[in-house]
Order: sequence, then C-alpha cells, then structure tokens
Amino acid sequence: MNPDAKKTLKRLLIAVPLMFAFGFALVPLYDVFCEVTGINGKVFQSEHDGDLVNEDGRPIALQFISTNNENMPWIFKPSKEVMDISTGKYYSATFYVKNTTNKKMVAQAVPSVAPSNAAAHLKKLECFCFEQQELMPGEEATLPVRLLVSNELPENIKNVILSYTIFDITDYESEALAHHNMDTGN
Amino acid sequence: MSAVIENHHDDHHHGPAKGLQRWLYTTNHKDIGTLYLWFSFAMFLIGGAMAMVIRAELFQPGMQIVEPEFYNQMITLHGLIMIFGGVMPAFVGLANWLVPMMIGAPDMALPRMNNLSFWILPFAFFILLSSLFMEGGAPNFGWTFYAPLSTTYAPPSVTFFIFSVHIMGASSIMGSINVVVTIMNMRAPGVGLMKMPLFVWSWLITAYLLIAVMPVLAGAVTMMLMDIHFGTSFFNAAGGGDPVLFQHIFWFFGHPEVYIMILPAFGIVSHIIETFSRKQLFGYSSMVWAMLSIAILSFVVWAHHMFTVGMPLAAELFFMWATMLIAVPTGVKVFNWIATMFRGSITFETPMLFACAFVVLFTIGGFSGLMLAIVPADFQYHDTYFVVAHFHYVLVPGAIFSIMAAVYYWIPKWCGNMYDERLGKLHFWLSFIGVNVTFFPQHFIGLAGMPRRYPDYALQFADWNMVSTVGAFLFGVSQLLFLFIVVKTVMGGKKATDQVWEGARGLEWTVASPAPYHTFTTPPKVD
Repeated sequence: MNPDAKKTLKRLLIAVPLMFAFGFALVPLYDVFCEVTGINGKVFQSEHDGDLVNEDGRPIALQFISTNNENMPWIFKPSKEVMDISTGKYYSATFYVKNTTNKKMVAQAVPSVAPSNAAAHLKKLECFCFEQQELMPGEEATLPVRLLVSNELPENIKNVILSYTIFDITDYESEALAHHNMDTGN
Repeated sequence: MSAVIENHHDDHHHGPAKGLQRWLYTTNHKDIGTLYLWFSFAMFLIGGAMAMVIRAELFQPGMQIVEPEFYNQMITLHGLIMIFGGVMPAFVGLANWLVPMMIGAPDMALPRMNNLSFWILPFAFFILLSSLFMEGGAPNFGWTFYAPLSTTYAPPSVTFFIFSVHIMGASSIMGSINVVVTIMNMRAPGVGLMKMPLFVWSWLITAYLLIAVMPVLAGAVTMMLMDIHFGTSFFNAAGGGDPVLFQHIFWFFGHPEVYIMILPAFGIVSHIIETFSRKQLFGYSSMVWAMLSIAILSFVVWAHHMFTVGMPLAAELFFMWATMLIAVPTGVKVFNWIATMFRGSITFETPMLFACAFVVLFTIGGFSGLMLAIVPADFQYHDTYFVVAHFHYVLVPGAIFSIMAAVYYWIPKWCGNMYDERLGKLHFWLSFIGVNVTFFPQHFIGLAGMPRRYPDYALQFADWNMVSTVGAFLFGVSQLLFLFIVVKTVMGGKKATDQVWEGARGLEWTVASPAPYHTFTTPPKVD
C-alpha cells in the first residue's frame, strides 16, 4: 500500500471511534441543551434567590398532575389540584403517596412542566423528585415541593402545569443511577 | 520442473482459485462484488417474502393469516432486512465491481479487509433471522427500534438483534473505508477528482456518510444493550433517562442513512441516462455539488422524523426549512437528468426504462417528502400509510429500481453475455405496474387516516388495501422473473461487445467483456 493510502486509512480509522464517542456525547449534550433552553419540561434544583422574590407579580394558576407509570401500584395524588398563585413568591404544595402493597418499595418521581417554555421560569427550592421515596408496606407519606414562578414568565402563559410520573425503581440496585441528571442543576 | 512452477505462478496471478475456496478466501474486487450482489438478492427475496406476509394479512380487514405478534416481527424484520441486507449490500457490491474499473485501479485498496467486510454479513443476518425461532420471537418493535419498546418491553431476542446490528455496522464501516481509500489514492493518472465518473463520486460521498453515522448507530444499540443488561438508564425515565433522546440519536444516524441508500442510485442513473440519450451528461459539476450539499444537509434535518414529540416551535421551524432546502439540490439533479435526455437520440433498453421510471417515481416520492416536511401537515400524516407510501416510493422505484437498472446495464460487462431484452422489458413493466398499484393507493388510505404498523384496519380502508395487496403480489412474483433473467444471462446468451452499449463511455467499457479477472494492472492512459 502506498504511504498516501496509509495516511487516508489512518484518518478514517480515527474517525470511526470519534463518531462512536460522539454518539455517547449526545447524551450529556442533550441534557445541557435542554437545561440551557429550558425545553423538554426538565426542572432542576435551584438555590434560594432573593432577587426573584418581589411584590409586583401577576396571578396565574398552578396545576398539579400525577401519573402512575404502568404497573406502579401506589396511590399518588396532589393534595390540591390547582393553586392560584402569584409570580415572584415562594409557595409550598404537597403530594400524598401510599404504598398499597405488602412489600417494601422504592419510588422515583420524574417531573415535567407544560407549557415547555415555562420550565425555565419554574424554580424549585425543594422537591421530593430530587430524592427517592422508600415506603414500607401500607406506609403513607406527604411529599413536599417548594417552588416559585419567576416574574419573567412569558405574558401569554396564564396556566402552568407541573406533572409528576411516579416510577417503581425497587429493582434498581444503584442509587446513583436513579439520581443521574437530577442533581446536575445549579 | 520449471514449467510446473510457471504454471503454478500463472494460476496464482491470472485466474481465480477453484471451488468454494475461491469465494471464501477471495480478495478480488470482482468476486467480492459478485458475492455482495448475490447476498443482497437473497436478502431481497427473504425480505420480500415477509412483505408478502404483511400484504396478505392486510388483504382484508380483520385478522386473517398471522397473529398480531408475528405481524409485528414481520414488519420489523422486513424493514431491517431490506435496508441493511438488501439495498446497502447491493450498492456495496456495485461499488466493488465498478469503482476500481471506473478509476483505472487494479483492485480495491484493502483487499483482505474487503473479504472480511463481506463475510461477516451472512453471520449478522443468520443471527437476526435465527431470532425468529427463539423464545419470545424475533424483534417486534419496528425497524426504528424506539426505546423503551426495544429495551424495557423487548423480547429476549433483542440482544441478538443488537449484536447483528453491530456486525452489520462493522461491515459497512470497513466497506466504506475501503471505498474512500481506493478512490482517494488509486485513481489512474489523469483521473482528477472532477473527472471521476458520477457513480464514483456518489460512492465517495456515501462512504463518508457511512463512516460518520454507522458508529453513532453502534453507539445507540450499545446504549440499549447497557440499559437492558447493565442497569444504566440512557432511555429509562425512571432512572433519569429520556426516551426522546433515543429518537434524536437514532435519527441522527437515520436521516443520513436515507441518503446513503439513494446517493449511489443518483450516480447509476446519471450514467444510464447519458448512455442511452447518447449525449454527455448535462451539468456534471452541479451534479457533484448537489450530492455534496444533500450529504451535508442530511446532518441537520433529523428531527423532521419526530415533529410530534413536542419540540419547541423554533426547532420545528428550523428542521422544516432545512428539510425543504434539500429539495433544491435534488431538483437540480432531476432537471439535469431531464436536460440530458432533451434532444438526445434516446433508445429505451431495459436499463433506460428503469432509469426513466426512477426519475419520475423518485420525484413523486420526493414531493410527498416535501408534504411531510410541512410541520402542521405532518401532525396529520405522522405514522400513517402516507409515510409508508412516501418512503416506499423513494426506496423501491428509487433505490431498488436503480440497482436493477445497474444490473441490466453492467451485467454484459460482468459475465460477457447480453440479457434477454424481451424478458427484461417484461420484468420492467410488471415491476413498474406492480410498484405503483402497491404504493400509490397507500397515499390515499394514509391521508384518510390509516395508521401504519397495525395488522388490522377500519372497514373504510378495505378497498385500497385490497388493491395494494394485489399490486404487491404482482411486484413480488415479477422479481422471480428477474432472478430467472439474471441466471439465464450468467449461463449464456448473445455475446456482448467490449463497449456493450453504443453510447457507453468510461474506463470500464474499454476492457474486454466479460471483464478479465484482473483489470488495469498497469494504469490506463486518461487524457
């Protein structure tokens, strides 16, 4: 083989693992992209920020939706389905869960915000979705979420929906896995 | 004594080995091209038989012949086999046969890797097909294998599917590296880049696309493998993953893949139209630039396959406009082909018939693609038979017609005999009618709202489905005629001249017919 051909071959052989790695790089890139643009309804934990709190907010409706992922037998519902809130103020809400089975189970709630362009303006100080829930047979609990909708919420949005889907992750051995990308927020 | 040595020497360098070993150990680009072409033909018939099962089930509403679970396995395997086993190896086979002869090279640059890249393919498809007999059945999640259908809810055979995709990917990557190294380094003196035949150009671009996206597909199936067996959560929402991410990664591979299956067809059709119009191709350099821009654009349009996942408006607009932009270079190509035919002295031998049908029917497929690119319209068309009609129009009378055209056009050079022109024309007309009767009605039932991938449908779709099935069986049976014609031509027939076609130009027509086992061992002179 002539040396030029060898050079071409080498370049192409490098390109292949690079593109393979690029496929995997798409995973964090996708998360970063979603976080920066606030799309996909992903909400990350945020610090208390005094600047966001103010009195000249406007009234909006904050709606809560709960969903059980396929075979998840727990009872899972918001304590109040709609809250009339004002932007620029912190509020607390709670969800009720009960393990209806006769075995110990671990659950993980995954949040989503609609409309998706509201997600960037929803600041969560505290959320049960940042942790896993472990309940004994028949045990019930009230799960808190503390949040603020910032004043910069686009004018046309009068109704923000915060939805949670609860998953059975009892069989997942590693806690780190389930926490993947939940605490990558700032 | 010396005569014996001489003889041995001759055997080694001037002719193929005998028997099965010739095919197992061959490093000759013509042998490997032949292997690829026969392999893809076999896969085409297997995938076609699955299509017949699908159409037979859809002949009437209600469940008739197969169980819904088996129907799902059929649509999955039909797609995978036709794409990875039918169309792609056929194009690689054509590249093996033609690229070295067209650029005046003695062989491919990496002959042993060439052998390897072919011989791992039968194993990949053996693994894939064997999953039909496994507990839980073959993969049943559609050829796009969206997670979590292909992870959480997949049959156990999904692991075999993943490994077979890995092997197919390795084969394609090796084949592509070979093509690029050959084209970049082994052109005869005087064959500059902008003097290369268009088929060579189309394959150079295709090979780069393959090298760029096949590893991404390998990555996607590897993530699936890890989700299924090693407890990761790439696509599992419970663990913080995201199923929509799968679709992004898949279509980042999938859309360039679409052009991988059509660019070589553009090259083939350009050669055939110029030969039978007895004119030089109109707009050579614009053809090259058009293919390049299609290839580059193919990397920024993937999300038009997933307009309904809930993307932000800005992204939908971007992907809509980028997709529509592709119509420009594609239009350039179509107009160039028509301009080449304009005032040519055209004759309609079988390859030209297939090439003309390609131009017309591929353009119809392109137009329905434009309709699907319109975001608000796509919300209506998404996952209906309109999509099925669209991609079958670009793949069957597009990619597959071009492969058939190529076989009729170059087979006299490959085996030294002319095919039976009357049978060839019969095959063309049966295929042409069959393909249109099959897929044109699917536009109507798709617009009327029939969803794809279901074994049953509502009563109002019954008539057009019946028509479609009749067409499918016509098309299917006429491919047996194609098999007969090819076998007959290989066995014997009127001897072909070296130039074969009156208007044929290019280096491959300067060698004897059939092409000797070794060609251009000394580079030809090209001005």
